[in-house]
Amino acid sequence: MKRLFAALALTLLSLPAWAEVDIAEITSPEGITAWLVEEHEIPFTALELRFRGGTSLDPEDKRGAVYLMTGLLEEGAGDLDARSYARALEEVAASIGYDANSDYVSISARFLTENRDEAVALLRQAIHAPRFDPEAVERVRAQVLSGLSSDLKRPNAIASNAFSQMAFDGHPYGSDGKGTLESVAALSREDLLAAHGAVFARDRLYIGAVGDITAEELGKLVDDLLADLPESGAPIPPLAKVDITGGTTVIDFDTPQSVAVFGQQGIDRDDPDFFAAYILNQILGGGSFESRLMQEVREKRGLTYGVYTYLAPRDLAALYMGGVASANNRMAETVEVIRAEWADLAENGVTQDELDKAKTYLTGAYPLRFDGNARIAGIMVGMQMQGLPIDYIATRNDMVNAVTLDEINRVASELLRPEQLHFVVVGRPDGLDSDAIQ
Amino acid sequence: MLRVFVSFVALLTLTQIALAADAGSEAVTSFELDNGMQVVVIEDHRAPVVQQMVWYRAGSADEPPGSSGVAHFLEHLLFKATDTMAAGEFSATVAANGGQDNAFTSYDYTAYFQRVAADRLELMMQMEADRMVNLRLTKDVVATERDVILEERNQRVENNPRALFGEQMNAVQYYNSRYGSPVIGWRHEMEALDLDDALGFYRSFYAPNNAILVVAGDVYPDAVREMAQKTYGVIAANLDLPPRVRAQEPPQRAARRLKFSDARVAQPYVSRSYLAPARKRGAQEKAAALTLLAEVLGGGTTSVLAEKLQFDEPVAIYTGAFYSGTRLDQTTFDLAVIPAEGISLEQVETALDTVLADFIETGVDPEQLDRIKLQLRAAQIYARDNVNGLANRYGSALAIGLTIDDIQGWPDVIQSITGEDIIAAARAVLRPEASVTGWLVREQEVSQ
Repeated sequence: MKRLFAALALTLLSLPAWAEVDIAEITSPEGITAWLVEEHEIPFTALELRFRGGTSLDPEDKRGAVYLMTGLLEEGAGDLDARSYARALEEVAASIGYDANSDYVSISARFLTENRDEAVALLRQAIHAPRFDPEAVERVRAQVLSGLSSDLKRPNAIASNAFSQMAFDGHPYGSDGKGTLESVAALSREDLLAAHGAVFARDRLYIGAVGDITAEELGKLVDDLLADLPESGAPIPPLAKVDITGGTTVIDFDTPQSVAVFGQQGIDRDDPDFFAAYILNQILGGGSFESRLMQEVREKRGLTYGVYTYLAPRDLAALYMGGVASANNRMAETVEVIRAEWADLAENGVTQDELDKAKTYLTGAYPLRFDGNARIAGIMVGMQMQGLPIDYIATRNDMVNAVTLDEINRVASELLRPEQLHFVVVGRPDGLDSDAIQ
Repeated sequence: MLRVFVSFVALLTLTQIALAADAGSEAVTSFELDNGMQVVVIEDHRAPVVQQMVWYRAGSADEPPGSSGVAHFLEHLLFKATDTMAAGEFSATVAANGGQDNAFTSYDYTAYFQRVAADRLELMMQMEADRMVNLRLTKDVVATERDVILEERNQRVENNPRALFGEQMNAVQYYNSRYGSPVIGWRHEMEALDLDDALGFYRSFYAPNNAILVVAGDVYPDAVREMAQKTYGVIAANLDLPPRVRAQEPPQRAARRLKFSDARVAQPYVSRSYLAPARKRGAQEKAAALTLLAEVLGGGTTSVLAEKLQFDEPVAIYTGAFYSGTRLDQTTFDLAVIPAEGISLEQVETALDTVLADFIETGVDPEQLDRIKLQLRAAQIYARDNVNGLANRYGSALAIGLTIDDIQGWPDVIQSITGEDIIAAARAVLRPEASVTGWLVREQEVSQ
């Protein structure tokens, strides 16, 4: 196949110097789009590939197939068995990480400039020709099963799985993408091949590259790597209906500290109110010491080491979630304080001072994210999957600063639904029972 | 001012590729203030961001007997009031400047850091210098924060049987060294920590001549020196700083075993530890050999333990080997093996010991060693993408008494180690009679 550099379409959009993230969108000769930041100071490249769909593509009776398949990509490909493949990768000093979550399968690679071609050839084998050798399947299956058994005894995993099941019953979001002990034990090699075909396709592919590579070189690289993937894979599941009623679910588990996961309906990433909600979350429980929940639950009362909330807008549904852990004899008070703060914020909103401080923090902290080639590559792919424009980084702080007090307080009253807030508590919390609190 | 551009020039030429000789250079400058505070500047001008870290040469192993956890407790309390700032104002000010801050405590050091836009560095220095000597604690603040660290212990340790097991392993490994007590503290001693304990530790150890300033990011050494003089430079040295002499571990003369059972255990496993030497000033060869030994034995799919126990004769679903030489006193070399379904802990432990004995007799596969060294050289390139990681590397090593030369010479020391050196280190450390073996089991297995 003949590839002409001249055929490479380049769109270079420069950003202000402060962000130092100069993203170019390239289209390869074969028509694959990728975002690139050239950074020639260090002789390596970070490459991030994501395929939309992830573990939600599993057929209902094959739960865990995508996850197990993803774990087997590095366990032998083409002519190389698992050990030969690992040695070959070591010989080029490259690293490739694979992961699968409910929205996408990701491949995070980094390789040196001087042997980039060899590293990419190995990655190509893993994507196109994984072997799924029987002994490798059994080895990795045993590791997944061990992890699943451990999850059954981990309070955090018990709580989040129970919450997901309650919120998304009947949808892939309602169960663990790693599968169950039963479903994983039953997966066959054919199931893994089917999962491979479901995931890897061009119509769901997003690419970010940062490092010592030019636009021409990247265009050739993505064509070599991905151009002959099938056009389409398995259909993406429909949107999930969020079904959360307010209350408390207590799951008995003999451990000294209760763990709680809590949440309600969230807000979509493309909702016009998203930025107001984002700032609101920063003020309520965004993870800094200054949040209302950290002040009330930890700083004033010493009830926990950490309490946090986060917006969780996923491809097929959005939640507003949080987490906390307190000793069994203190969890009831912790839940009460969090409910009170939730209700207070919904009713009374935030102050101008809180809004100003949150904006200063969020706009100031934004550039701190771009602190490494791999990190930037991941952010760029996330932007593409969310449909954000290529100049988003330069405009994002303006959008944060544009949120007014009236706007954020309207969103507080609309988004926060204290009567919908549900806690799943795992442990032996004194004075807390399922549905005791409404 | 010493300005060093380090080159990680490979000593050995490997077959596959030759990394460019200047590929691993990092821009590091080091100097000392008149009051004895050491300063390290690591330049990275790719983004207008800076990280300030202050490392104190005081960790949990420096605590007075009976007050385990006080080093970490004090770390929490440093975010409370000073003469000029209210409780919580430190972090609030960092946040108001768009920055992030935190701190961490280990056996040999306590470190505080902020990440912020480069033009806010001097403010961060002023505040960090302020809380080095001007902390003002009250009994109420101390009591509430003690509840917080107890919940932190609940979260990290009490709720996690693997962490409880690790704590018991350490306690059995160290009979005399303070490394046998957990950094977060034993619960009964944490419950008794008070204002005097915290202030006692603070007054003993928090001083410029016991601290290292590491500034990494979009900064220049001259500017850092000027700001550091103005902020830290005006604080008087503590002339009563106690010498860092700690109880040492005696030679281990008998194998030790323990079995920890807990109903919350899903996956039983075998853990093994041995006392091992740490990196020493001007003498890092043994530690380098042990670092490579951990890679050879447990560094992933191609390692000796994985080959023998997960591939050739699949009796384990996971194997690992760990060594961290960046400790002031004797450290440990650790192994862990998770048995496959249907394999007992006894069987997998026997298989582990057989592999170790065979390995010492057979020696190191030269091709495997070449691959590991190549990867460690490449890691020097990848490390330059993470200036915060570099700051950690310098801070932790300086805090245990290593020098800039030791830190910058470490990659070359690693490359100079031979297969024979690794086997000699294995013979010296992996001695069955000087081992601690722990089994983590489900409660019902014990009662059978």
